[in-house]
Amino acid sequence: MKKKKPSLLRSLVTALAVVVGILAFSYGVQVTNVNFETTRSEDRLTQLRRVVRALVKPDIIEYELAETTIEIPFYLPCPEDQEVAAPEVDTSGPYLVASAYCASPKETVIIEGYNFIPRTGGPLDFITASGVRKPLDDYRANDTGYFSTEVTLPQRQPVAEAQAIRATVRIRVGPPLITETAKVTWDKIVETVFMALLATAIGTAIAIPISFLAARNLMVENKSPLSSLSLSIIGWPIGIYLGLQAASLARSLLAPMMRNMTYSLIGLLLGAVLVFILLRVSFGSTKQTIQAKIIRIFTLVAAVLLVLSVLLLLESILKSLGRSLIEPLGAFGFIGNFLLQIGEAAFLVIPAITALGAGAFVGGNLGKIGQTISDKSPAPVVKIVNLIFSALAGATLLALIGAAIDWFYQIGDLTKTLYWPAGIGAAIGLALAIFTKPKQALPTGLAVYFITRTILNGTRSVESLVMAIVFVIWVGIGPFAGSLALALHTLAALAKLYSEQVESILPGPLEAVTATGANRLQTIVYAVVPQIVSPYISFTMYRWDINVRMSTIIGFVGGGGIGFLLQQNINLLDYRAASVQMLAIAVVVALMDYISSVVRERMV
Amino acid sequence: MLEIKNLTKVYEGGTQALRDVSFSVKQGEFLAVIGLSGSGKSTLLRCINRLVEPTSGQVIWNGEDVTAASQDEMLQIRRKIGMIFQHFNLVSRSKVITNVLAGRLGYVNPAMSLLNRFPKSDYEMAIKEMDRVGIADQAFKRADELSGGQQQRVGIARAMMQEPEIILADEPVASLDPVLAHSIMQYLETINREEGVMVLCSLHFLDLVHRYADRAIALNEGRLMFDGKPEEIDDERFKEIYGKEAERVG
Repeated sequence: MKKKKPSLLRSLVTALAVVVGILAFSYGVQVTNVNFETTRSEDRLTQLRRVVRALVKPDIIEYELAETTIEIPFYLPCPEDQEVAAPEVDTSGPYLVASAYCASPKETVIIEGYNFIPRTGGPLDFITASGVRKPLDDYRANDTGYFSTEVTLPQRQPVAEAQAIRATVRIRVGPPLITETAKVTWDKIVETVFMALLATAIGTAIAIPISFLAARNLMVENKSPLSSLSLSIIGWPIGIYLGLQAASLARSLLAPMMRNMTYSLIGLLLGAVLVFILLRVSFGSTKQTIQAKIIRIFTLVAAVLLVLSVLLLLESILKSLGRSLIEPLGAFGFIGNFLLQIGEAAFLVIPAITALGAGAFVGGNLGKIGQTISDKSPAPVVKIVNLIFSALAGATLLALIGAAIDWFYQIGDLTKTLYWPAGIGAAIGLALAIFTKPKQALPTGLAVYFITRTILNGTRSVESLVMAIVFVIWVGIGPFAGSLALALHTLAALAKLYSEQVESILPGPLEAVTATGANRLQTIVYAVVPQIVSPYISFTMYRWDINVRMSTIIGFVGGGGIGFLLQQNINLLDYRAASVQMLAIAVVVALMDYISSVVRERMV
Repeated sequence: MLEIKNLTKVYEGGTQALRDVSFSVKQGEFLAVIGLSGSGKSTLLRCINRLVEPTSGQVIWNGEDVTAASQDEMLQIRRKIGMIFQHFNLVSRSKVITNVLAGRLGYVNPAMSLLNRFPKSDYEMAIKEMDRVGIADQAFKRADELSGGQQQRVGIARAMMQEPEIILADEPVASLDPVLAHSIMQYLETINREEGVMVLCSLHFLDLVHRYADRAIALNEGRLMFDGKPEEIDDERFKEIYGKEAERVG
């Protein structure tokens, strides 16, 4: 092969690339403030040494110290009338010898110590006549228990009688003790792990149903004609409104009952039995006649309303039971608090679930009616239905968006936030109805998929640290805010991971189960779920692992957990305490990593 | 009586899988569908239970227009049409009995089925169907622990749980060795003869077609090329169906 001659152009391009590279790095060095001079600065090195030495000496164990003192008399200044002799000392234990036993202020004397405990140290003080300690120096005994140090005497008013030089000996007594720092760190690291556990559990529970909505292979099949789509868009807000009303009505109707535990319990049991009977009636027959369908819908609505009441009663029972259990359970009072908090959570969640359920019910059934209209009616009728309801649906949708915008920006002008959006929405709806064929199946599933994906991606791109700031404002500083922030981020991240898992399942079983005449939900339970259980578990473990790591720093913004302590100690320059917390984080993260890998191996 | 009228399917992207295919199948008939890979056999079978939505044309079954049925009605129709697949399409992580019981999903109470609860009669039926294909002792194994032949028998049991009036078999023996192929075909034959179930079965090997089918239709690039007795496929017909370069094997 002939070797190619290097052309001038090629060399120039190479040279240019090198120059551009050098420029890029030079600029990088400037903007990142690289300054190697600072690394040699003596002051900084001393500080660095101090901090590093503190960091490697975590404040975990301490000893109780017993103090004994050894004194020699000392005259300051020397008395004029008499000679000062060396005092008698007991040489059986530790003792001090001075180069002189009297001196003038600011003079130096050499103090020697004998028989001290090898390799121990302590303060060397001048004790004034009135008993005030003036530190002279710290001593440190060598391997044979000897030390020698030169001290400068303090400046004092002349005093006639003897004062003293005292060495304080500190001896560790008793077993090693856990420091207060270590105890606090333990409490906080437990809090951190459970914060992560709660966040993972909540996030996972919500992420699972959402992940199906964000799975392309499941959603792409869902197509519905315009009549069905628009009726269901109109149905959802109506249902949500009705659901909210029903929840608050049920609460006010049941209020007298909820105040009494016995009545609540009786109501709960009766309600549960009734719900069971109603469900049997409504699901018992699979007859497809209109009459059977109407009966089924009515019993279903009744059952759902009853379930709502039962849930409300359950909430009140949980609350009062929990509250009354906290005291008698003593150390296990947290179980009572748990029940109480579930009750409190139910107070928030029940109306939301009722609203969503009612929305789905009304929206779904109106959608079905729309589907039937599209399936059974002649094209011109469908076209007219489309025109009317598509316009209405468009108006509803944009009016709702307008209301949301009004809430955020407080425009307060109905023309801008209601009439215009509704008008534009109606126009878009009309256009859609005019330009599509009456029975054309629109890719609604795909639309839901894209909307869900967009929301998930948006939520995921906000770090949980930032979310924590918002939650701290809502629920106050503490681990609860941190858990909520982590839960929200977990939800978004897991829903995406889960949905990708759903997208990678084998289509064969899905096809086979569909072919048996199973409905959508049955197909998911029988063909999709078995294929995704183990990856779901593995992702959830991994996420818990991530959450433990995240929760160690979420305390920096007030989200509770160990981060709060760590930041505090760093700010107080207490590096030995900070070191304990760093150590705890390292141990927990390493442990979680190990445990999750073991569990994942077992599961998958 | 199943009538296929002018069935056409164009996939998104323009692939023409079926072109104006019309034929009819009598109750209790065993119909073989032959043709090269990619000739539209799978699409044809899937258009009948609308796993694939036909672009135009009609499927009429006992006077009812399947192609015009609503989604709810389609569930009622599908449960009477069992389907068997080349790659078995079992849920490999589920137990064999769960796979078999899945055949009842179109009949049972939907709410209870989501909790994996089936009526006692369905369990008995599942055991009977598994017994018929000789896998009753494997009922509580995971589906992927079974061999290929056993898995296809699970597939047959699942289809039979639907108490089907039609069985669509999409190359049911293409992944199996010749001995297993015959045993699977014999099960289909028994079901066809004894229960009077109409079978539409796509096949690659002509000896299987001769041995088991009452009638055969052939597709080439989505067109119906042949409709008649298997014995009528002589060398000339063969070349029409499979192309001029093709040679007979087996």
